[in-house]
Amino acid sequence: MILDGKCPTGPIEKTWDKHRFDMKLVNPANKRKYKILVVGTGLAGGAAAASLGELGYNVEAFCYQDSPRRAHSIAAQGGINAAKNYPNDGDSIYRLFYDTIKGGDFRAREADVWRLAQVSNNIIDQCVAQGVPFARDYAGYLDNRSFGGAQVSRTFYARGQTGQQLLLGAYSALARQIKAGTVKMFPRTEMLDLVVVDGEAKGITVRDMVTGEIRTHVGDAVVLCTGGYVNVFYLSTNAMGCSVTAAWKAHRKGAFFANPCYTQIHPTCIPQHGDKQSKLTLMSESLRNDGRCWVPKNKGDKRAPGEVPEEERDYYLERKYPSFGNLAPRDIASRAAKEQCDDDRGVGPGGRGVYLDFAASIKRLGEDTIRERYGNLFEMYEKITDENAYKVPMRIYPAPHYSMGGLWVDYNCESNVPGLFVLGEANFSVHGANRLGASALMQGLADGYFVIPYTIANYLAKTAPGKVKADNPECKKSVEDVNNNLKKLMSINGKKTVSEFHRELGKIMWENVGMARSEQSCKEALKKIPEIREEFWKNVKVAGSGAEFNQQLENANRVADFLEFAELLTRDALYRNESCGGHFRVEHQMPDGEAKRDDEKFCHAAAWEFKGVNAEPELHIEPLKFENVHLAIRSYK
Amino acid sequence: MSHDKTMTLTLHVWRQKGPKEPGKFETYEAKEVSPDQSFLEMLDEVNEDLIKAGKDPIAFDHDCREGICGMCSQVINGAPHGGMERTTVCQLHMRMFKDGDTIYIEPWRARAFPIVKDLVVDRGALDKIIQAGGYTSAHTGGVADGNAILVPKEVADYAMDAAECIGCGACVAGCPNGSAMLFTSAKVSQLAVLPQGEAEAARRVCAMTEELKAQGFGNCTNHYECQASCPKGIDVKFIAKLNREYLKALCK
Repeated sequence: MILDGKCPTGPIEKTWDKHRFDMKLVNPANKRKYKILVVGTGLAGGAAAASLGELGYNVEAFCYQDSPRRAHSIAAQGGINAAKNYPNDGDSIYRLFYDTIKGGDFRAREADVWRLAQVSNNIIDQCVAQGVPFARDYAGYLDNRSFGGAQVSRTFYARGQTGQQLLLGAYSALARQIKAGTVKMFPRTEMLDLVVVDGEAKGITVRDMVTGEIRTHVGDAVVLCTGGYVNVFYLSTNAMGCSVTAAWKAHRKGAFFANPCYTQIHPTCIPQHGDKQSKLTLMSESLRNDGRCWVPKNKGDKRAPGEVPEEERDYYLERKYPSFGNLAPRDIASRAAKEQCDDDRGVGPGGRGVYLDFAASIKRLGEDTIRERYGNLFEMYEKITDENAYKVPMRIYPAPHYSMGGLWVDYNCESNVPGLFVLGEANFSVHGANRLGASALMQGLADGYFVIPYTIANYLAKTAPGKVKADNPECKKSVEDVNNNLKKLMSINGKKTVSEFHRELGKIMWENVGMARSEQSCKEALKKIPEIREEFWKNVKVAGSGAEFNQQLENANRVADFLEFAELLTRDALYRNESCGGHFRVEHQMPDGEAKRDDEKFCHAAAWEFKGVNAEPELHIEPLKFENVHLAIRSYK
Repeated sequence: MSHDKTMTLTLHVWRQKGPKEPGKFETYEAKEVSPDQSFLEMLDEVNEDLIKAGKDPIAFDHDCREGICGMCSQVINGAPHGGMERTTVCQLHMRMFKDGDTIYIEPWRARAFPIVKDLVVDRGALDKIIQAGGYTSAHTGGVADGNAILVPKEVADYAMDAAECIGCGACVAGCPNGSAMLFTSAKVSQLAVLPQGEAEAARRVCAMTEELKAQGFGNCTNHYECQASCPKGIDVKFIAKLNREYLKALCK
């Protein structure tokens, strides 16, 4: 089937304004008759729930954490992009649009990206009005910094905690609506199924994580804002609770999953210290401005870094990419580090690390200058590794960080299941095959504050409120299915823990479908994933009972979904027989190692339809048209 | 760098089935602990052993494991978050302990934070304080340009110092009175100094302090344990600011 993104036509700069006028409205008196279920309270979900509540809709919001202030949007450090052009350095909506399309390696929809760039300016205004303490200059004007993939300074920031401050802004707007009674908040509540009635999304089945109660909430529309899925790799920079579960359950109920193979691996993370590690921590990639990446030239060299003489060091980025050196793009830097380690020249525990050495910069600029630029990062590094990076080189290694793929949505952020809307990292819409820095926060808030309040009305206006009641047989069936699934998990009583399975899956995914993929590695993973999944359902051990606070059960359920989803991600990586952005197939590369696209065959979004756990999914295609930015080879030279 | 030596530790962990059940310390041995592990990773391993032995693992809250989400919440050897300056439990590493150490692990203890299970408490009362007025009443859309109202750097920095609060509740756990004054004052101060929040400052400080009482938090008697416990180093000067704002509101 050829999918239609329902993009408005005509000159791109008029598309969103025209579309806003063309969409139907719900009159103020009728809004309170509609109930909207918002799942997830990160930037997208928090902003959406607050804005919809404020409009007068009856909103129920859900999150798995103990408070809506804790979603992983909070961990974003760098900043948020907007086309304000305050520095007068040549920025414009068009330029932000162009940079985002190009940064995504021409695999995103033009109209969606245009809208994102257009509303980016409103986001900054909104956050300022909420009391977000953005960095300011002495005169009181908003300050900007530069970020990768752009030649202008368009990034707004609040120290190194921009994500935290923006999320707390959305959280406070949400708190105001909770107080006003328009939003009812359900913390420690996890969505475990989507209820579809007559082909439309009309409810969700959730588990109360404190009492274990399984119940259905019915509504007139469902908005999923449930984040990304890179915890499929086990070790990632995501929070421990981040999972694919909500999106996957929707997928099983008919929602198409688009481009799951687009995952972003961030080059500068603190390496793994041992087998018992639970997660990875990101270090700002700005460190590469003054650090030099190297590994010993000789394989298996176990000497301390200071004992390796200069002529026995391989500054591999400078050697391989003389023009870019240590500032090679994210994906290239990540892949190069992996190559060195695969060649048995990695450093640190397990040989999975490379040095990022500041000695030359310290010699040139002095320790004080380096401390001024990166002091907090050096401190954080020391806290985790117990090493002083002013004296010995840092060790870094790439780690899974973000997922560009997600549930397929049209221009209205509505999935192919009517009434199911998907916002933020959970959808696939604007980042193409690679996301630029400081664009994730922008997308989450754009979708939540400025897109969904308009587009959801267009759907609701065409549907009568309260069509589905709690006693609908689909609700009862959904509760039964969820209960049966959890009971099954509890009853296996095998020998291996949930974490052991998750680790095993992560290893297969990382080695075969991680930074570099090939036909052979994907096929290898497709052989192994069903084997682990089968073993999981025979041999997993979950302690306790379902009718109580049970973190093992929560986790088992999430890992069970990752075990199904991993196969889809791999299939997509095998299908996409080209390299683009974060998806790197070793068979397709330029002589300099850049990703080599195949626009003839793959200039489209690949959206998969679920056909059963052990059945092949069906592929649907949405062709991508580039009418404003010309398809070209992405180059940052 | 990795240390080859591993440690064996004795843990006394507070176990409690639910809010109404009696709780007690249970003793566990943590073996082969690497100094490079984080405290929570050490607990993960203890839990793996418990699961394999068919026992109920220790319940504890955690999520981002990088010190910013505010979910982790344990009192370790009497100090919230373990007592290391400006550090959450999840960022605490085992190298600060030595082989053979005994460690006591307890939940946040405060009247306003009922225990859910083991080390997990209900901090919904903090959300209630924010809901009482910890916001500006800005509608989505229809606001002025971000540069329309100037905010001098000193003011923005002061607001940011207060806004760094991660809402973990360590200040309450550390306070002998179980007071949430530092938490409340951080939000009151952030919004009172910014021109965008100033208009509602009087109403906000009154509503939030009312809620503070209603939720069962104690009063502040200047112990300063909150600042010492705070993983973000939020300054007690914000409590003084809250008191000043409160006084100003009363005079209105």
